[in-house]
Amino acid sequence: MTKLTYREAVRAALREALQADPRVFLMGEDVGRYGGAYACSKGLLEEFGPERIRDTPLSESTFVGAGIGAALGGLRPIVEVMTVNFSLLALDQIVNNAATLRHMSGGQLSVPLVVRMATGAGRQLAAQHSHSLEGWYAHIPGIRVLAPATVTDARFMLGLALREPDPVILFEHAMLYPLEGELDETAPPLDLDHAAIRRNGRDVTLITYGGSLGKCLVAAEQLAAAGIEADVIDLRTLRPLDLPTILQSVAKTHRAVVVDEGWRTGSLSAEISARLMEEAFYDLDAPVGRVCSEEVPMPYPKHLEDAALPQPEKIVAAVQQVVAPHD
Amino acid sequence: MPTVLASPPLTRDRARELLFEMLRIRRFEEKCAELYSAGKIRGFLHLYIGEEAVAVGALPVLTLDDAVVATYREHGHALVRGLPAGEIMAEMFGKANGCSRGRGGSMHLFDARRRFYGGSAIVAGHLPLAVGLALADKLQHRPRVTTCLFGDGAVAEGEFHESMNLAALWKLPVLFLCENNRYAMGTALERHQAQPDIQAKAAGYGVASAAVDGMDVLAVAEAARIAVDHVRTTSAPYLLEARTYRFRAHSMYDAELYRTKDEVEQWRQRDPIPLFVGKLREWGLLAETDLAASEQRVAAEVAAAVQFAEAGPWEPVEHLARDVCTPRSTGEPGAAS
Repeated sequence: MTKLTYREAVRAALREALQADPRVFLMGEDVGRYGGAYACSKGLLEEFGPERIRDTPLSESTFVGAGIGAALGGLRPIVEVMTVNFSLLALDQIVNNAATLRHMSGGQLSVPLVVRMATGAGRQLAAQHSHSLEGWYAHIPGIRVLAPATVTDARFMLGLALREPDPVILFEHAMLYPLEGELDETAPPLDLDHAAIRRNGRDVTLITYGGSLGKCLVAAEQLAAAGIEADVIDLRTLRPLDLPTILQSVAKTHRAVVVDEGWRTGSLSAEISARLMEEAFYDLDAPVGRVCSEEVPMPYPKHLEDAALPQPEKIVAAVQQVVAPHD
Repeated sequence: MPTVLASPPLTRDRARELLFEMLRIRRFEEKCAELYSAGKIRGFLHLYIGEEAVAVGALPVLTLDDAVVATYREHGHALVRGLPAGEIMAEMFGKANGCSRGRGGSMHLFDARRRFYGGSAIVAGHLPLAVGLALADKLQHRPRVTTCLFGDGAVAEGEFHESMNLAALWKLPVLFLCENNRYAMGTALERHQAQPDIQAKAAGYGVASAAVDGMDVLAVAEAARIAVDHVRTTSAPYLLEARTYRFRAHSMYDAELYRTKDEVEQWRQRDPIPLFVGKLREWGLLAETDLAASEQRVAAEVAAAVQFAEAGPWEPVEHLARDVCTPRSTGEPGAAS
């Protein structure tokens, strides 16, 4: 086991991918000389040169689209969109091109493209720089959506994503970059198809991903002190969802709370809740609970931002509600 | 007026080939319009009629290693690129023997083997793809040209400017071929462009450019030859603007309230097919029987295409979720999600 930060894990994953396959290259805004807005690609320009570490102009639609074209042309591009907020300028490319080309061409084309982007709130960046729109992307057939929540997944999911024949959108929660974690290099994750159970319990299932995993684990410890043991499921892959793992846990605990930094309305949490209603209705002893962001554009002051986001206390409260005896 | 030359600028075979290709597109699309009215073709159908000289002049300059990225008004380009007429027609019928297995329809003709990358129906959304295809060629040291077709409407979109900039900045071998038919759906060029001289915009990106009479197939062919040579030898982009006109409505739903019949009639005087026929006659390159023979060949090809489409099977509904994702050898999750 080694200790390293999530950022260092991303960088190690990028370096390994570039070393392993000459078709892999990285492009995006400030990925080269600047070293990446979150310093994930620091040092890679010097190591791999400007052909493979490409600084782009500020033109999200075109450099994401160029990534799609390069993938069609036989390369394995990693496109870094600085944050999910700016990815809206490239939404057309992702939704109308990357996700459709295989189907629209009757299976003739595939787009082996990986788009990485930072997501999430927590740094007082206000309403235009704090979105969690992973759920939007998870709505789209034809793309795979990943959210590595741990150092180990940050280290290994990129390599797995590059083996996918179809487009992959990979979300890195911005609050995770400086966090240190244990990297177990002897047991890398083997696939992108399965959620991970990060904590075992018997009383309730917490279903979460990305930046909310840590909050769920904190909440689970507080709940344990009160005698409530939570299963904590880290989805890892937001599309397609690993429903069997969720159902198996709920069959054991009979209660579930979904924790999602996206807004509640029309969200990934809504989808998971609906699936539980469809597939686990008779296993449930209480309605599915949800902890999401409040329905406001993200405010700037810290106390309001904290209040808008899922927090361990809110998760604890939501769990207490679903485990409370029902008549 | 046609230029009178002492000796014809092309051989008789080449003359007949160009005329044949333009007639092929014209008659094929006339049949499409008819089949649309008959309910055989549905969805959007955007006819190229009037603009044939551009595809017929420009695309044969490319080799089969080069790539073509086209718009939703792409039947003509697909035909010239060599996609079988039957597969194109079957695609419009939505049949499984269509060039995109019926999944795309008129707006999404694809043929990976011929490096024909659609058939894209978000205006200007395909320009970045062309830039990326050219980037892949450059990084893999393949001396290829990617030709990207788009209309004047696309010039107003950000992707046009972003793509010109990126292709120029990174020196990528893209031929940006603007088919300026003077209307972005129903909005006239002067009503959507502050600078309606489209090729002039290239200077802002340091990109070489030219404009050509898009109704004159020989002029287009020559301009395209120069443009493709430039792209191939310098590995830098080029903007070629072909000034043309569509004679038919934007799509089958368009009542054409935005232009006068007189204007259309005036442009019809410059119909690329009679214009070319006139020149060939003047140069003595077209016998009366040639035209009739070409029409006959075209009619037979179109009839066979319709027959191929009619006879084609419908994709079984059980295959609905095919080709959303690449099939995985084992894993259940994601197999078709």
